[in-house]
Amino acid sequence: MSSSPARREALRHMALLLPVLTIFSAFWLLPMARLVAVGAGGPTGIAAYWAVVTDARYFSSLVSTILLSATVTLATIVISVIAGMFLQRNRFFGRSFLLATLTFPLAFPGVVVGFMVILLVGRQGFVGSITEWLFGEKLVLAYSMAGLFLGYLYFSIPRVILTIMAAAEKLDGALEEAARSLGASPWQVIRDVILPALKPALISSGAICFATSMGAFGTAFTLATKINVLPITIYGEFTNYANFALAAALSIVLGLITWLALALARSIAGSTVAAAA
Amino acid sequence: MSRSPRFYLQLAFTVLVCAFLVVPVVLSIMAGVTENFFIGIKSGLTLRWVVEVWSLYSKTIFLSIGIALATLAVTLLIGVPAAYVLARRQNRYTRWMEELLVLPVAVPGLATALALILLYGQFRGFRISWSFILVGHVLFTLPFMVRSVLAVMGAIDLKTLEDAAASLGASFTQRFFHVILPNCRQGILAGALMVVTLSMGEFNITWMLHTPLTMTLPVGLADSYASMRLEIGSAYTIIFFIMIIPLLVAMQWMSEPPNVRARARKKQHG
Amino acid sequence: MDNTVGIRLAGCGKTFADGTRALERVDLDINPGETVVLLGPSGCGKTTMLRIIAGLEQPDAGGRVLFGGEDVTLLPIEQRHVGMVFQSYALFPNMSVAENIAYGLRVRGMDAAQKKQRVDEMLSMMHLDSFAERQIDQLSGGQRQRVALARALAVRPRVLLLDEPLTALDAKLRESLRAEIDRLLRSLKITAVYVTHDQSEAMALGDRIAVMDHGRIAQIGSPRDIYYRPATRFVADFIGSMNRVRGSVEGEHLRLASGRLHVGPRVRAEVLFRPEDVRIVDSGGAHLQARIVNAFFLGDHTRLILDLGDAQTIIAETVERREFRPGDLVPVTVDAAALLFLD
Repeated sequence: MSSSPARREALRHMALLLPVLTIFSAFWLLPMARLVAVGAGGPTGIAAYWAVVTDARYFSSLVSTILLSATVTLATIVISVIAGMFLQRNRFFGRSFLLATLTFPLAFPGVVVGFMVILLVGRQGFVGSITEWLFGEKLVLAYSMAGLFLGYLYFSIPRVILTIMAAAEKLDGALEEAARSLGASPWQVIRDVILPALKPALISSGAICFATSMGAFGTAFTLATKINVLPITIYGEFTNYANFALAAALSIVLGLITWLALALARSIAGSTVAAAA
Repeated sequence: MSRSPRFYLQLAFTVLVCAFLVVPVVLSIMAGVTENFFIGIKSGLTLRWVVEVWSLYSKTIFLSIGIALATLAVTLLIGVPAAYVLARRQNRYTRWMEELLVLPVAVPGLATALALILLYGQFRGFRISWSFILVGHVLFTLPFMVRSVLAVMGAIDLKTLEDAAASLGASFTQRFFHVILPNCRQGILAGALMVVTLSMGEFNITWMLHTPLTMTLPVGLADSYASMRLEIGSAYTIIFFIMIIPLLVAMQWMSEPPNVRARARKKQHG
Repeated sequence: MDNTVGIRLAGCGKTFADGTRALERVDLDINPGETVVLLGPSGCGKTTMLRIIAGLEQPDAGGRVLFGGEDVTLLPIEQRHVGMVFQSYALFPNMSVAENIAYGLRVRGMDAAQKKQRVDEMLSMMHLDSFAERQIDQLSGGQRQRVALARALAVRPRVLLLDEPLTALDAKLRESLRAEIDRLLRSLKITAVYVTHDQSEAMALGDRIAVMDHGRIAQIGSPRDIYYRPATRFVADFIGSMNRVRGSVEGEHLRLASGRLHVGPRVRAEVLFRPEDVRIVDSGGAHLQARIVNAFFLGDHTRLILDLGDAQTIIAETVERREFRPGDLVPVTVDAAALLFLD
């Protein structure tokens, strides 16, 4: 048989893939299939999958989660572009220190971020003490959507800033010089040359930011279990009401949304994947 | 060199952003070593909170380390060979496989955890053992190991190196251990750091899968934030920082361009 | 190498998984100790043929590869006992020079003392004596190439296969290394198959050259055969430059707009000849009055672009020292013996 060594190689490759495939199938594919089935097996049957749209509670949960994630994404991008471009293009004393403070929070799990928010704007928070000293009234934001917003901002900024700085490094300086030689003002250069060149990085890191915020659990959990975001709702259904079918269905829907957002990000800028928070 | 007002404006903005990130970290460190947070530093510095955290939560710290190392071992054993096959065979199926492996990260940890509980929760022994958590961590960190090794394998001309070793008579096992693995060292190391860091900090999946007897560090943190006083939560967070910082520094050092490190090496050898 | 064998390919073709037909069914016989050069443009199938000989590719069903009398078609490369030098050298970055050279011996289980002796032998053969402990990334291109050769030869292979080993080097280095390789192949008397797209390399190194085109061997023969007696239009055009002129037959002459050429009994309407065979003559005898279009003084010779009328231009190379100016008329001819005919 003239293809013997090639066949041997193919078999060897299959054998090397086998452990990964078995573990993945046994512990993710199969359980996920069961999750989908459970989602459709409750009292409302397959309609549970539409619950997120039909039932007012879940719909509002979904909407607030989407709005929150979208707002965080927008704010993060604006902040990251300004600070990121500044750090990328200027060298000054203390720059490495600022960079280090930006990368450090990358490894924080959502719980720690929640704690950071509490320390900043919680009942004994730093900001609260300052406003009390200045205005006589403590500003407490932590246990509401505003606190969650700050928390999501906290773990999104490091990620997006680093991506933008990496993209800014690759910008071709010649394009900006050409624009300036044609008379463009700094603002026009930003608007017409820099931002369009950064667009792929902005879209992909924005999509990752959106997906991470949609699926984030730890932060909201730490701040209060009553905040109305979808992951908390799902958690509540599962643990408090033992509403397995609904929890399953809602988490599948959430999973689809985050997966779509990340697929969009990857299709625009190659493979970069968020670690959930 | 005089700077424009725009420079200072941007500098102020950036400093503000960094302050937003750093101030709570500083606060938590202070809170963890102060007698009483509300009184502040005037109440004196102490390590009693750290000691108390240790007496309450030392098991969680050991468990987190243990699970992180176990996760590393598993991802190395199954992930490196998988990366090799994905690097050698670049076709439609291998691309699907890469996409597939990424799913547990793309999908909220909550969903993965729910799925595991629904299917395997009935096996009591499995459900209450730390291996249940291990499974979740492996699923979550595997794509990072595979991607890291794959990146390095893609950069070296893997096929030609293998052909050269084969032309000299080396069998597959010999090629794999003599030539392929040594030349992927950097990817394996970077992947390992990533896996350990992610496993130590993993919460979303672990929270759903844990039992009172199998609590990891992040789970313990959530517990302490909810039920203990601020100083204890802060001291616990300090311990977490201490464990995470070396890993982050190592990762930062690894991602430096190789010629910077090579130059440093050459300087050493003179 | 006294274990060297001859190579025979019988009916070897290669179609890849995506449908590309890289090699049509070819037969090739290489004598023991001979150096055969596979020459051709990229995509002609020369590297595929080399890889089939090596065992890195399998020929399509029915093809056979024989080393000496032994059928090795089903043997993977690990078991064929060949020595191979790759275009990118493929030196192992995680090993030193000495470890690279010793690798083939290491997988064969040779003991440390014997390994060291053989490695030292190879290092001195390749003039790399002080390089044993160097790391690969500290070597220049020429040094890497010599390490690659040393590594391939350390195991005393039956045949040596070289895949464009000089392509990655700059011109000057290429020439000096080419001479070294030539010396090496001659002194070792090993059967060698050498792939290149550079004709001067092929002419310098090959005992025989197989000129390949679109998966087929267009012609195989000694360098002189290929140069002076190209069998096809492709070979004629690929090797060196070739002039081609058409005219009308007049007895034993070929009549063109600018004069006539004496061809002899084999006269035809189209003849080919090399630029160096164009002679500048006095105005007697059968000749062509060519008009100079361009003259390039290249130091050791002058290249002339000549217009023969009827939109036919040829290239001529002459060592005559006079000055040639565009627009001048010069009488030229080509000896009948230097004329080539192709169907």
